[in-house]
Amino acid sequence: MSGQTTAEDLGPVTTLATPIRLDFEFTPGVAQSRFLRGLEKGRFVGQRCPTCGKVYVPSRGSCPTDGVPTTEDVDLANVGTVTTYCVVNVPFAGQSIEIPYICAQVLLDGADISFMGLIQQIPTDEIRMGLRVEAVWVEPEELTPSLASVRYFRPSGEPDADYETYKDYL
Amino acid sequence: MSAAAAKAKRAVRRPVSIASFAQSENVRRDDQHNEVEMLMPVVAEVFANIGITKNDIDFICSGSSDYLIGGPFSFVTALDAVGVWPPMPESHTEMDGAWALYEAWVLLQEGEIDAALVYSFGRSSPGNLNEILALQLDPYYLAPLWPDPVSVAALQARALIDAGKGSEEDFAAIASRSRKDALSNPKAQVAHDIPVETLLRDEYVVSPLRRHTLPPITDGAAAMVLAAGDKAREWSDKPVWITGFDHRIETHSLGGRDLTSSPSTAKAADVAGVADGPIDVAELHAPFAHQEIILKEALGLDDGVTINPSGGALAANPIMSAGLIRIGEAAARIASGQAARAVAHATSGPCLQQNLVCVLEGE
Ligand SMILES: [Zn+2]
Repeated sequence: MSGQTTAEDLGPVTTLATPIRLDFEFTPGVAQSRFLRGLEKGRFVGQRCPTCGKVYVPSRGSCPTDGVPTTEDVDLANVGTVTTYCVVNVPFAGQSIEIPYICAQVLLDGADISFMGLIQQIPTDEIRMGLRVEAVWVEPEELTPSLASVRYFRPSGEPDADYETYKDYL
Repeated sequence: MSAAAAKAKRAVRRPVSIASFAQSENVRRDDQHNEVEMLMPVVAEVFANIGITKNDIDFICSGSSDYLIGGPFSFVTALDAVGVWPPMPESHTEMDGAWALYEAWVLLQEGEIDAALVYSFGRSSPGNLNEILALQLDPYYLAPLWPDPVSVAALQARALIDAGKGSEEDFAAIASRSRKDALSNPKAQVAHDIPVETLLRDEYVVSPLRRHTLPPITDGAAAMVLAAGDKAREWSDKPVWITGFDHRIETHSLGGRDLTSSPSTAKAADVAGVADGPIDVAELHAPFAHQEIILKEALGLDDGVTINPSGGALAANPIMSAGLIRIGEAAARIASGQAARAVAHATSGPCLQQNLVCVLEGE
């Protein structure tokens, strides 16, 4: 068997690659399904807590403060306020947007929790807290039950929001 | 360890009672509710049973595994089902809720708190369990081969037969009895009365395991309230006390174990004091029928002990909750007066790798 490579020739094993891939079926649940179905129609649907009155978007079915089911659907505005933001300058694997770009927390009018959105149509050095923005949706035939239905947010042209109006949502 | 030292070690410093228990329906696939929506009614019920609210609780501990639903930090978002405001001390074990119960019990032993909520949710349906459970095996030599859990359990069943400790007829008898008992369990997922002879006509899934010896795939959740001190008496006229509690683990190398015995269960049973008195009922977490034989021997249970009157994990096996449910079911038997002293067991890992033993007594 001369000529065959032996374990000694190869030396000790220092690395072991064991590829792992798992696939799952995601269950959004009752409340989040309403939010996703809303996106499919080009609107934001939140849910109100019957105890504290806060409106969550999206709701996962409960008020995280009170632990009670949120059952009342609330249609939210297409406009909101940037409560905080960051400018992304770092490339990373799977990046689909050209850098630099702005990632911001947007507090929709009528909601009590902000969510993350892409801000476009504004120079990165002009982004600021309190900026009023509006959602830009994909074409009606492209709407799906997914946040991909929102292309991005852009300045709405309204004057900046007063700090007092969003200071509790930072 | 001397007998006296062993006795001292197992001594429960502070009596803790199981004040309330609740579980969801156990179903093959709940595709309507996310984990928060699954848990919320169960948590509401476990509080309502004894007329308390989350404000009466000092500590929360949960058991779940993000691998099951493929959702990072799902254990954090699950807290939304309770509503932790004002902030409350909280912890999580990436294990069956029975171990979350153990953590809460230890904290209650310290005397800093008087009441704890324990919950667990097990969603076994969103992914491929054959792949997911392979990942709990040793990551260098076993997991890369992706052995599925039924094949791994079949190795154990085969070893049991070869050792003369059990037969395919024995496995079928356990499955037949368990699912017949499950007919009286409203939360059971699989319940029917099928005689052993009929079951033995099943095809093998992986020899020597036939379909009836396998646990169902189950989505479900469970919750429990523990109480000590004045609250234990306040919340129950006839408290069910935890009088012994321990858990032990064996090597993750299947080849390094005698799969026909369970020394970790035996050790935990010794420390928990199972043999200190007669046992009326045992709720054993034996996902595969043959594992009941191994556990029965390790716990030293004689034939007079009623085993798994709920139907056990063969009737419903929500992974991460099925162990906690065993403890809840055993406690229910004492609360109802059907048993004076019970042992509950939970397992985790392949082939009964990790085992927890809890002794419960009424007054
Ligand atoms: Zn609320």
